[in-house]
Amino acid sequence: MVAVAQQTAARPAMSLPAMVKDAAIFAAVAFTLALPLLGFRIQDKGSTSFIETRFGDLFYAVLVLFIAKLLMSLINAGLARPIALVTGVLSLGWIVVALVNPVAPQYQVHTWFTWLVVASVAIRAWVVWRAEATAARGVVAGVIGGQDSHGTQIGHLVARLGRQLGPVFFLIALVMPFYAYFADDKRLVDLGVLIFTYIMLGWGLNVVVGLAGLLDLGYVAFYAVGAYTYAVFSVKLGLNFWETLPVAGLMAASFGVLLGFPVLRLRGDYLAIVTLGFGEIIRIILLNWAELAGGAQGIGGIPRPSFFGLQFAPSAPEGQTTFAQFFNLDYSPFHRQMWLYYIILLLALITNWFTLRVRKLPIGRAWEALREDETACRALGINPTNTKLTAFAIGAMFGGFAGSFFATRQGFISPESFNFLESAIILAIVVLGGMGSQIGVVIATIVLIGGPEWFRDLELYRMLAFGGLMVLIMIWRPQGLLAHREPTITMNGGRAGARAK
Amino acid sequence: MTAAVAAPLRDPAAPLLDVEHLSMRFGGLVAIDDVSFQARNAQITAIIGPNGAGKTTVFNCLTGFYKPSVGRLTLRTPGGGTYLLEQMEGHRIAQHARVARTFQNIRLFPRMSVLENLIVAQHNKLMRASTYTLTGLFAAKGYVRAERAAVDLARYWLDRIGLSPRADEDAGNLPYGAQRRLEIIRAMCTEPRLLCLDEPAAGLNPRESAELNDLLLFIRDEHKIGVLLIEHDMTVVMKISDHVVVLDYGRKISDGTPAEVRSDPAVVRAYLGEAEEDELPPEVATDLQTIVKA
Ligand SMILES: Nc1ncnc2c1ncn2[C@@H]1O[C@H](COP(=O)(O)OP(=O)(O)OP(=O)(O)O)[C@@H](O)[C@H]1O
Ligand SMILES: [Mg+2]
Repeated sequence: MVAVAQQTAARPAMSLPAMVKDAAIFAAVAFTLALPLLGFRIQDKGSTSFIETRFGDLFYAVLVLFIAKLLMSLINAGLARPIALVTGVLSLGWIVVALVNPVAPQYQVHTWFTWLVVASVAIRAWVVWRAEATAARGVVAGVIGGQDSHGTQIGHLVARLGRQLGPVFFLIALVMPFYAYFADDKRLVDLGVLIFTYIMLGWGLNVVVGLAGLLDLGYVAFYAVGAYTYAVFSVKLGLNFWETLPVAGLMAASFGVLLGFPVLRLRGDYLAIVTLGFGEIIRIILLNWAELAGGAQGIGGIPRPSFFGLQFAPSAPEGQTTFAQFFNLDYSPFHRQMWLYYIILLLALITNWFTLRVRKLPIGRAWEALREDETACRALGINPTNTKLTAFAIGAMFGGFAGSFFATRQGFISPESFNFLESAIILAIVVLGGMGSQIGVVIATIVLIGGPEWFRDLELYRMLAFGGLMVLIMIWRPQGLLAHREPTITMNGGRAGARAK
Repeated sequence: MTAAVAAPLRDPAAPLLDVEHLSMRFGGLVAIDDVSFQARNAQITAIIGPNGAGKTTVFNCLTGFYKPSVGRLTLRTPGGGTYLLEQMEGHRIAQHARVARTFQNIRLFPRMSVLENLIVAQHNKLMRASTYTLTGLFAAKGYVRAERAAVDLARYWLDRIGLSPRADEDAGNLPYGAQRRLEIIRAMCTEPRLLCLDEPAAGLNPRESAELNDLLLFIRDEHKIGVLLIEHDMTVVMKISDHVVVLDYGRKISDGTPAEVRSDPAVVRAYLGEAEEDELPPEVATDLQTIVKA
């Protein structure tokens, strides 16, 4: 819950009974939401299927969440330091134990879940502890925003470099497929497509989480809506990719508003839980909607994109030419892969352009102001409802675009592709990158999506090593890798100018 | 206000805000009990009273954060129109009725720059200029011009409080006194008709407090808007306010010029309470001393 640190840090300390009550409510909400998801499971045994109840697991999860929430309150009540120490030692110690002595498979889920929760508490406690220490040293306000000069300097450096390196990165991204083509490295292009898909999703979610400060754990829902819209429109109505793209974006944006309405009043942890539920609901609807969405089988035979009407295929039907024939090339599956790469590159760049631009417009500034202080916004005449809804809608729209692309790339989609793990990965990209930082998203995506590829040698311990790395990064820089924010408008030629004077 | 009196020369101190029979209950607690008073244009109206008297609650009712249990809050525009604030949502009060406020505990946007804080305050104006983002996206001339004008307004106020050199720094990094002043000029950037300040002098040193007085007098005399001022420091109240309203336990106990209020036995009694003078909390004791001395 690092993402909500700014909001919750300002909360006044509660009394112990109030804390217990708060945690109980939290646990009750979690229980209600988790009951249908965790409590029952349909099991197939031969020809019969029956419902297995998993109340034990459910109670265990809710209990862990209850304790975690209580700890979170205690952290705010001034116990940050002891809690940080205890939970930190526990979670790090556990990694060591697990490396030496792997957990038995039947306990793996429980242990992982507990570990994740304990590690989250540790991170949160650490953040608050550091904030308190900074405040004690006499720095006023804005404590969590990375006042440590060390981090700010890194941010500064990267921001300066980013301006110069941006074009270089862009050129590399532009010629990379050709390099891969001549080096005959198909995996490189595939990885590029994957990375840019997540960069685009990260940039889209950045609008909601990074700018508007609304912790959304169900972003994958919009990705799914975009993908299914594209699949249905192209398969059933025969529309092509570019015709369907705006429809998919619009559809996802509508779902963004649909989700936005009920959660307008929620903050922090509660917002996170409800958005998480929303993501699951969409997935379950898709799973059960056999007529339109094909149920668990999903939708297959989705048209692949053509190059301005030229198909990427070994041979064309009568009266049509393929891409290879038209350009007098030998057919190669590489061509389509490269074309997909350029489509997602373009979509991602549009997302980036839009976000950078909108940050400098009143709506973007209002998002950031809302993240900082909603009450103050209202006192200045900003309509919080509309402002939040536009953030949800625009974030969702980019998720929808990315979803369309996913559908046309895969040619087949099913609800399995849109589970909570996806949301978690996208959120991790945004948080790890430094909320609100565009270049941070790029770097975090390369680390998070490319990283597991590099860790492949570690086999089973891959995810463990990876989780450990993330925890370390969050401890080292709780505000994300590049939590450096340039003002959207300046009077004295920016901070550097002001400092030089 | 009859048609016959509609003077060609507008009265600079025309009535701006009428609070009539305002009551606010929280469950069993009556935070404000049937309070009525008036505030005028180009005047500073101070609201004073002991801790918990209901001063901030009055502001919260005026600015739409609370819905009053009973009462009517009428804001008059120079054109002769009226807004019934008790029926409006908070953000619409700020946007249309143009009532701006500051908070007892400072509420800036700490991780946005000083200038950005002031630009955000001009949100609605800029939203229209950017055609709700559509033309703004493509840097249309009209939007660019509007944004430049917004920066000019910000610069005007920053120069006034001497913060222009720090315009590009994070607001959260400013010293406390500067944050207080920034919050006031941020409210002024919404171009309000009525400015509500909740204890702006709290925590300021004497020099900062004097600067604050100058700023408030400047706002009153040059911009001719109404100012509602909650203040504990009696020297400030006596020096700069035109009109004082005294609250105690949610009730209005006195209302008049500073001189009238000072000599009102009800006020002295309220600050004394039932207690012996030497048992008073230090804050109240100093308040009382200043009243008696002044
Ligand atoms: N939201 C609320 N819920 C319940 N009681 C409230 C609420 N807001 C204010 N009160 C109560 O109303 C009374 C008046 O509070 P208010 O904050 O208006 O006092 P004040 O005059 O501003 O005091 P101070 O000088 O300490 O700022 C207090 O008893 C307070 O506890
Ligand atoms: Mg108050």
